[in-house]
Amino acid sequence: MASIISGPVYVVQNNIDTDQIIPAQYLQLIPTIPEEYNKLGSYAMVGLPESLYPTRFIDLEKGESKTPYKIMVAARNFGCGSSREHAPIALGASGCEVIVAESYARIFFRNCIATGEVFPYELSAPGLSQVLKTGDYVEVDFDKDEIRTPHGTFKLNPLGEVKPVIDAGGIFNFARQNGLIPASS
Amino acid sequence: MTLTEKLLARASGKAFVRPGDNVWVNADTLLTHDVCGPGTIGVFKREFGQNAKVWDRKRIVIIPDHYIFTADSLSNRNVDILRAFVKEQDLPYFYDVIDDPEGHWVFDAAKGQLKRQYGSSYAGVCHTALPEKGHARPGEILFGTDSHTCMAGAFNMFATGIGNTDAAFVVGTGKLLLKVPQTMRFFLEGELPVGVMAKDIILHVIGDIGFDGATYRAMQWDGPGAFSLNMDDRMTVANMAIEAGAKNGVFAADQKTFDYVDARIKRNGTRSEYTPVDPDPESEQSFVFDKKYDLSKLEPTVAQHPDPGNRALAKALDKVKVDRAYIGSCTGGKTSDFIAFAHVVKGKKVAVDTFGVPATPLVVEELRSTSIGGDSVWSILENSGVLLTENASCAACLGGPVDTFGRMNKPMVCISATNRNFPGRMGHKESKVYLASPYTVAASALTGHITDPREYLS
Repeated sequence: MASIISGPVYVVQNNIDTDQIIPAQYLQLIPTIPEEYNKLGSYAMVGLPESLYPTRFIDLEKGESKTPYKIMVAARNFGCGSSREHAPIALGASGCEVIVAESYARIFFRNCIATGEVFPYELSAPGLSQVLKTGDYVEVDFDKDEIRTPHGTFKLNPLGEVKPVIDAGGIFNFARQNGLIPASS
Repeated sequence: MTLTEKLLARASGKAFVRPGDNVWVNADTLLTHDVCGPGTIGVFKREFGQNAKVWDRKRIVIIPDHYIFTADSLSNRNVDILRAFVKEQDLPYFYDVIDDPEGHWVFDAAKGQLKRQYGSSYAGVCHTALPEKGHARPGEILFGTDSHTCMAGAFNMFATGIGNTDAAFVVGTGKLLLKVPQTMRFFLEGELPVGVMAKDIILHVIGDIGFDGATYRAMQWDGPGAFSLNMDDRMTVANMAIEAGAKNGVFAADQKTFDYVDARIKRNGTRSEYTPVDPDPESEQSFVFDKKYDLSKLEPTVAQHPDPGNRALAKALDKVKVDRAYIGSCTGGKTSDFIAFAHVVKGKKVAVDTFGVPATPLVVEELRSTSIGGDSVWSILENSGVLLTENASCAACLGGPVDTFGRMNKPMVCISATNRNFPGRMGHKESKVYLASPYTVAASALTGHITDPREYLS
């Protein structure tokens, strides 16, 4: 993969739970069926209240089914709530590639790695979501573990052993490529 | 070692583990349902092959419960996908909505939401049904494709929620790689005063440590106050560990645990051998957090919109008007929850739309057979104006398809006996949910604003 992901950023605050990432009413969609995977992507972040997030992650009214934001910046406890794997899958299917948050809920973080859908980077200090605005141009540098923004450069905690698993496309692909499980089933 | 460390050490074949160790843990049971089961099956087949067999057919428990009583055709289809997999793999523990193993599930909206539409094997909400059907055993490891799987920690189990991909790995291998969490200890003393319930304990504690105060950690419930709680109460407390971000919640086992578990194993004929883990001496347990709570000092507590850690006392919120009240879910839909609710509303009328959804079909039966002052709990609720359904399920606790019973389809304020209140949780994303005990929900339903229930209880 590219060592830098750049583009306009989508900014959210604390406690973005899985109901806001993919509302429960869409959980009947099965992620392993390709059409339903794409459908899940089109609903990514639709659960954010309009009163707090007037700029939408995906503008359904303009007929968008993918997001123009490959990068999302969040505050604390991103992905809390339900264990639904539909959440990282919806983000990945929407075209989002990396999340930069102050902290993650445990199951969401693990599901990001297991599915290989999206990189869950952690900020080394709080506050970025307060100064950054949706639409600001940012660069996430995987070699230097930093995010460059109009408001300065912020350090990220290294992804470490998580990165090769997501690069491989998830835990099963990684395990197969590294001989942890048989190469074909 | 703490209880969680002992559980994980045993399940990984090690004499000793410490927090931070990564260990391969053998699963005793894998639980899944209609929302995450089909995706788990999809990953299992994609990764292990179309003809692959599950690791152990008697250790997979499938309980459809989320989107059952809806006309949404994809949701109905998902129950059929579970049934086909059960048939293919010859799985004994599938609690189907219908009785015909060759049939298809279709909800009949014309019959309405209140009258029973399930067959004889349907079990209702998975976390409440799992112990009820004899699948909770002290000392065991439970993985489930649902965040509230942690509820089974009440039974001295290590129980945690996982995603579809991890679940598929368990279905294929019976194992999962886990990091041993640090343990936070909550030492409970005293007994709950009148009008205060187990729900108030957990709402108080989450308010104390914060919505992410237990992230990556185990919550161990200890002390005489913990053992004073009955099993329903322990389930309520363990259920909401995830609302503080915890990996699991856990209690030691006592005679109450064994009596509850053994009766249900006997009734259902499930596997009866188990070995609980006993707490190590105080000096051999290491806690990252250790705090005493005096239960006798607790008061009716509410988690305000928009997160479960946004704590306030019920008596301080009497200016907050509600449009709706809701009792149900794994957390708040047990028989004891409805009995508490009935004590408050008996002989009175609710002032706002109030929805009641029993967690399981057995709860429905028990509400009919349990009387307070000569009236059944069921009739007390109905006579007070509660819309009470026989169709036990998760229902509006998590919103669900738009025709879900009790779902908020426009911005409203709801007081609810459920477990989670992030924006949009119960339907409309501009609605507001306040979490409270069944007592507090009942008192608030009577007045139309958030109400301390103690004035209704003598």
